[in-house]
Amino acid sequence: MRRFRMALLAAFGAATIATSASGETTLLNVSYDPTRELYRQFNEAFAEHWQEKTGKTVTIRMSHGGSGSQARSVIDGLEADVVTLALEADINAIAEATGKIPADWRGRLANNSAPYTSTIVFLVRQGNPKNVQDWDDLARDDVQVITPNPNTSGGARWNFLAAWAWAQKQFAGDEEKIRAYVGSLYRNVPVLDTGARGSTTTFVQRGIGDVLLSWENEAFLALEELGPEQFEIVVPSVSILAEPPVALVEGNAERKGTTAVAQAYLEFLYTRPGQTLAARHYYRPFKPELADPADLERFPDLELVTIDDFGGWVEAQPHFFGDGGVFDQIYKPASRS
Amino acid sequence: MSDAIFMRFRQPSVLPGFGLTLGFTLAYLSGIVLIPLAALILKSAGLGWADIWRIATDARTLAALRLSFGASFIAASINAVFGLLLAWVLVRYSFPGRRLVDAMIDLPFALPTAVAGIALTALYAPNGWIGQLLAPLGLKVAYTPIGIVIALTFISLPFIVRTVEPVLRDLDREIEEAAATLGASRGQTLLRVLLPSLMPAILTGYALALARSIGEYGSVIFIAGNIPYVSEIAPLLIVIRLEEFNYAGATAIAALMLAISFTMLLVINLIQTWNRRRFGHGS
Repeated sequence: MRRFRMALLAAFGAATIATSASGETTLLNVSYDPTRELYRQFNEAFAEHWQEKTGKTVTIRMSHGGSGSQARSVIDGLEADVVTLALEADINAIAEATGKIPADWRGRLANNSAPYTSTIVFLVRQGNPKNVQDWDDLARDDVQVITPNPNTSGGARWNFLAAWAWAQKQFAGDEEKIRAYVGSLYRNVPVLDTGARGSTTTFVQRGIGDVLLSWENEAFLALEELGPEQFEIVVPSVSILAEPPVALVEGNAERKGTTAVAQAYLEFLYTRPGQTLAARHYYRPFKPELADPADLERFPDLELVTIDDFGGWVEAQPHFFGDGGVFDQIYKPASRS
Repeated sequence: MSDAIFMRFRQPSVLPGFGLTLGFTLAYLSGIVLIPLAALILKSAGLGWADIWRIATDARTLAALRLSFGASFIAASINAVFGLLLAWVLVRYSFPGRRLVDAMIDLPFALPTAVAGIALTALYAPNGWIGQLLAPLGLKVAYTPIGIVIALTFISLPFIVRTVEPVLRDLDREIEEAAATLGASRGQTLLRVLLPSLMPAILTGYALALARSIGEYGSVIFIAGNIPYVSEIAPLLIVIRLEEFNYAGATAIAALMLAISFTMLLVINLIQTWNRRRFGHGS
């Protein structure tokens, strides 16, 4: 309901924008939750850049929310010029349902249309009282894990796949053992929030759980805001390369006549200012050579698998997270005993 | 001919304008209630009966429905008892701050449900004010089905109080006095005189509270824990299906909830009619 209201609000906002101000261009960037801070600064930088280059003013409006529900808002008619979401699958859904994004959108921009990437790390309480070091610790009986529901949260799907990737390596691809491990991990989850921010609140404010599975950028943000005296980051041996993609919603942009500026907006993400800001906000830039080396030093080295190891989202999404998929089976009462 | 049919429905009334008001009622009901419901049923009709049956008998759907309806029943029942008590106190006694208490009853209506959910979770979480007192007793409230009942009790409280209050106020005190002079004990007065008169109002409030609780989403997801088969409510399952872009599956569960709710409200209405006939109140 809350998200729906937000979407409705955004839709109203977009409608009023479209009718007002013919002299200045307005872009609507529909994004997911943890990009708030990044795009606030990036939008300012781009508006300045556009003013210098063309002499025109551009205003960028943002809409934030869970990645999946944001995609649904765009499908249902939210007039986004660009989408910057957490999952390729969400953009695919818009492309399939509306045709406003070309099917080959992933090849339109460099690095599979992911100007910045991130990964999944552990956030633990100060001193790491449960001594959590790697993925196998998360299946221990005395450890409680906080992660959102992969059915409703894009970030949670990366968490799930990261755990799966580690188990695949550990058990040499023995499917039964992998399922058993992931099953015992999720049975250690006392609260299955619907979104990543909800999980962070449960872990940080309510004091529930020993480990929070979190986007790397969210974990750094939590440390920055709450102070390193409360939490610390534990980097597992293996994780997944999370690629939050961006795309131009051609159908909307063409109708509003904003194609050129929207395209420039996305391309600006790949330039020095864009990459620098991404790194400053704890996203791993696609072109590290363009970012500030001091920012880059904060990112630990670890082995990263990619979504292509799972056959890409087109295969992974229905197999793992579809109705009756692997995740749903974990909670089947028969497998609980 | 059509006039004759029209006349058949026509109840004798001293007020003019029956045609106009009936037309308005139908148009309004269609616009506000029927059209959205028809869209819902149309959307789920895209599935075959076999698919709907599969979704309806899916263990996870059943668990979610059982939890949603069970918790709503408990919450509405709690409120039927304590809401009645509150209404009684507010109507029959005068004490300093009564108006303040009276106004407070409506707060759950005014508060955005998400805020209510977050506030209750903060209170009942193991590190919250109430939660930390309960934790040593081994009692967990937040992130369990008990938490869901508490949230639902909170949001549906005003319904019973507000429906019972005016009826109670209109009830003549003389009736109780008459019962007493005729030799009724206090218990008898309550059971044989007061409750029958209040029953229609209590049932109406009960039905409203129940309906409100079954559909509640905002406050519950914060306090529920949302674990499939344990603390996952049906409205959340609908949202989950939507997030999978599975519109048909979502509408199937929604239609199912609607059918159950409608049957329950119908039964409550029938009980009310029966009750009215039995005690001879109303027409």
